[in-house]
Amino acid sequence: MNAFELHQPKDLASAATLAGGGGDLRFLAGGQSILASMKLGLASPDAMIDLSLIPDMKAITVAGGVVKIGAMAKHADVAANADVKKAIPALADLAGGIGDRQVRNMGTIGGSLANSDPAACYPAAALGLGAMIHTNKRNIAADSFFLGLYETALDAGEIITAVSFPVPEKAAYVKFKNSASRFALVGVFVSKGAQGVRVAVTGAASCAFRATALETALANSWTAAACNAVKMSADNLNGDLHASAEYRAHLIPVIAGRAAAAAK
Amino acid sequence: MKADGIGARVTRKEDHRFLTGNGQYTDDIILPRQTYAAFVRSPHAHATINGINSAAAAAMPGVVAIFTGKDIEESKIGGLPCGWGITSKDGTPAIEPAHPILCIGKARYVGDHVAVVIAETAEQARAAADVMDVDYGILPAVVSTGTAAASKTAVHDQAPNNVCYTWGHGDEAGVKAAFEKAHHISTLDLINQRLAPNAMEPRAANAVYDRSSESYTLYVANQNPHVERLLMCAFVLGIPEHKMRVVAPDVGGGFGSKIFVYAEETVLVWASKRVNRPIKWTADRTEAFLSDAHGRDHVTKAQLAMDKDGKFLGFRVDTTAAMGAYLSTFSTAVPTILYGTLLAGQYTTPSIYVEVTAVFTNTAPVDAYRGAGRPEATYVVERMVEVAARDMKLDPAEIRRRNFIRTFPYATPVGLTYDVGDYDATLDSAIKMADVAGFAARRAASEARGMKRGLGYSSYIEACGLAPSNVAGALGARAGLFESGEVRVHPTGKVEVFTGSHSHGQGHETTFAQVVADKLGIPIEDVSISHGDTGKVLFGMGTYGSRSLAVGGSAIVKAVDKVIAKGKKIAAHLLEASDTDIEFVNGEFIVKGTDKKVPFASVSLTAYVPHNYPLDKLEPGLNENAFYDPTNFTYPAGTHICEVEVDPQTGKVEICAFTAVDDFGNIINPMIVEGQVHGGVAQGLGQALLEDCIYDPESGQLLTASYMDYAMPRADDFPNFKVGNNVTACTHNPLGVKGCGEAGAIGSPPAFINAVTDAIGVKHIDMPATPERVWRAMQSAAHA
Repeated sequence: MNAFELHQPKDLASAATLAGGGGDLRFLAGGQSILASMKLGLASPDAMIDLSLIPDMKAITVAGGVVKIGAMAKHADVAANADVKKAIPALADLAGGIGDRQVRNMGTIGGSLANSDPAACYPAAALGLGAMIHTNKRNIAADSFFLGLYETALDAGEIITAVSFPVPEKAAYVKFKNSASRFALVGVFVSKGAQGVRVAVTGAASCAFRATALETALANSWTAAACNAVKMSADNLNGDLHASAEYRAHLIPVIAGRAAAAAK
Repeated sequence: MKADGIGARVTRKEDHRFLTGNGQYTDDIILPRQTYAAFVRSPHAHATINGINSAAAAAMPGVVAIFTGKDIEESKIGGLPCGWGITSKDGTPAIEPAHPILCIGKARYVGDHVAVVIAETAEQARAAADVMDVDYGILPAVVSTGTAAASKTAVHDQAPNNVCYTWGHGDEAGVKAAFEKAHHISTLDLINQRLAPNAMEPRAANAVYDRSSESYTLYVANQNPHVERLLMCAFVLGIPEHKMRVVAPDVGGGFGSKIFVYAEETVLVWASKRVNRPIKWTADRTEAFLSDAHGRDHVTKAQLAMDKDGKFLGFRVDTTAAMGAYLSTFSTAVPTILYGTLLAGQYTTPSIYVEVTAVFTNTAPVDAYRGAGRPEATYVVERMVEVAARDMKLDPAEIRRRNFIRTFPYATPVGLTYDVGDYDATLDSAIKMADVAGFAARRAASEARGMKRGLGYSSYIEACGLAPSNVAGALGARAGLFESGEVRVHPTGKVEVFTGSHSHGQGHETTFAQVVADKLGIPIEDVSISHGDTGKVLFGMGTYGSRSLAVGGSAIVKAVDKVIAKGKKIAAHLLEASDTDIEFVNGEFIVKGTDKKVPFASVSLTAYVPHNYPLDKLEPGLNENAFYDPTNFTYPAGTHICEVEVDPQTGKVEICAFTAVDDFGNIINPMIVEGQVHGGVAQGLGQALLEDCIYDPESGQLLTASYMDYAMPRADDFPNFKVGNNVTACTHNPLGVKGCGEAGAIGSPPAFINAVTDAIGVKHIDMPATPERVWRAMQSAAHA
């Protein structure tokens, strides 16, 4: 890891100002992706802006049919939060299954969403629940947030402040793990609620996406069998060392079906 | 039984320091005026090195020195030696290309050591190494083992078709005759995939030259410090052996990968005199993946001839084995001597022939990895037996029983003589422990849940306790394989034992102390075990091949016997009796048939304070050493039974139960033996279920160079293992022990694959049985 300058702003406005500076600047939220990249020499920022001292970024509230999670809330906090567990158990389960205990005690929801790792769990929840992503500048619907591999709708220097998840009637997340990294080889988040049926897939393409054919199938019949009858195309899916695109295409309906069966 | 003696479940003496962070590993050693090395490694699998410009790196902060292959060439430093000569079936010796310690002219695998940068800190060394400017001319790479011999590219000019040797072993004509009269011939093609060893502690070294004594000291994470010293001094650097001390302190796992003499530590020793400062290097995990000697990597075709009753008549095995880019220390022996000689398994197959083509590829060198040749042999035999059982419509346990060896000693057609065993008893015990009788009901229950359940056997044998030196020598070994032990009794009766074997996780400090405490009738706290330092230990061949207790322990027992024999003479003097009337019982020397006796500590005190002592007949002191060279290998054997459940929708395999019943001969510490079995089984199942060291077939880039991509087994991948023993004592060493370190890794892979193929109803599936591979096998079977 190379040397870098560390900024620790005490409020959002200062963070935004710092982010306007030159050079290779990166925000530091939980650091569970960026720090590992830096150790491997894959990232080498000149400066980092630590967001952990900014107040009011960690709150978790449930009110008016919405679970609102501060961007700096840690996975372990979401997983253990009684209100979240009651309102959207699938979301608490998802948070409790990210990485390992060490990662969950450091990693944050804002960091995960901003990173748009193709195999991360939270993007599936954001898309699968139709979340709203709040930043220091605006609100961005999850549907228009994930643009590609590590690419989001965030502008340079824009900071996620919180994420609002509408409480669904039922939802579930099932992750079929890569046996090496234990990231999602295919992870599917299903939900049924005010926004209708939503099925979001992670691990299978350049970023999380909605599987509309599965949404239609589940809207017609909320069963595993309905999912299994859907044939996914392997086009645009990832093929790598761990799984071919064809196998991922096969897995998506299977895992979606299991999520549908598990939804509560 | 003595509470802390032979057979007791004594908790490990070494664990307190390991668990409290007080272990002293190579990287913990920081010497005065310490410098640090970083290696510049080839990013290409095969490339000419047209030039190296060190100017930018040399100008970086903290850089002390930079060396390249040119310096090695100018200093006339020899290459790393290969320790085992193999002769091809046409009588020509194996081709042994030079293995320079820094690349000269060419780099031959991704990670090959091109240059070294030495700096004040490890970070400065790394930063400078990263700006070294190497002009590479990229060449096509030879990557795949199966096609290397047909490649138009040569890894080494002197092996134009990339063949290192073609070794034949056994009775080719006899096998041909057996095939002609066979009722049925079963066939099997398989791959035993390449593995990365993944010791928890990566390789590390710290070398220092002392001008006043004109001698070197090398601290190194290594399994056999005396072998390291001998090979490095005599064959590479030309350092007089008495001018070099090698210390292998606490070592965090080896699995074979730390047997070998590597370029990195050799460069450090050489450079330490040039820079006149100590130089330390610790591999990071990526370097470990790239540059540790890998394991396995065989492509094999097997054929088994049977009569109408499923009795084996002849067995032919043709294997292509990867050597990688250079010959690592014992690379040539692994797919030959440690493989071909084990192909009889537990069976009476009268004719066996094996032919092994060893090939060079532009990949990391391949060498011994837990089991070393014997897992590969067992995998071929036990998979073949499973296929044969299905072809003959016989129960897999039954076909094994029809072919078991039952009379001992038994000379196999592939050159070994098994001294003892009871394969029926072990199989029966495993069947009972695994509740094979209840399998049908469990399978039905799985099917009711839409799952597929399978059960697989593996009745393995291994040759351990390496080795009778004369036999090894006749087979091409360039080293003896005895062991030494020294028992130093201090005046107060406290005992320090020096062994040439080395513990890097095995628990020798406990097991060996139990043996000595038991034999001397003293508390285990009064015995300490020293190993891993050529400055302290007489000599040694180190730890691998499950040899430590069978060979190293035997040397210690011989030395203890000498201590007792001398003690009897001292006691006889003190008790005014004849030597022959003294017996040694529970730590006391007693005049037979009397109550006249003297305790061990009084005898030891007398030996060092010889006021009342037979100085005219006996030297003072109580310090004995012994060398032990075994007369045969030991033959641990057992039956493993694996039960799996496959999810047909995803292909994911869950291991529901795993039973291992082993015959390790007598057992000194059952808890440590169980731990070795657990670790070995986890390693074997890791290979069978998860691990795969993959190079890109075109570029030769290592695709699995981190834990993001290389799947290591974790505790939740496994059920609790059921472990049992069936003992037939080894007939030819004083403890009657056989060795237990590798059995788990040897026996478990075929048991697992046999279970998976049973579950999904296919003939074969290669390791690792990844979900996609299993799913595809089921798709193919469904469409067949």
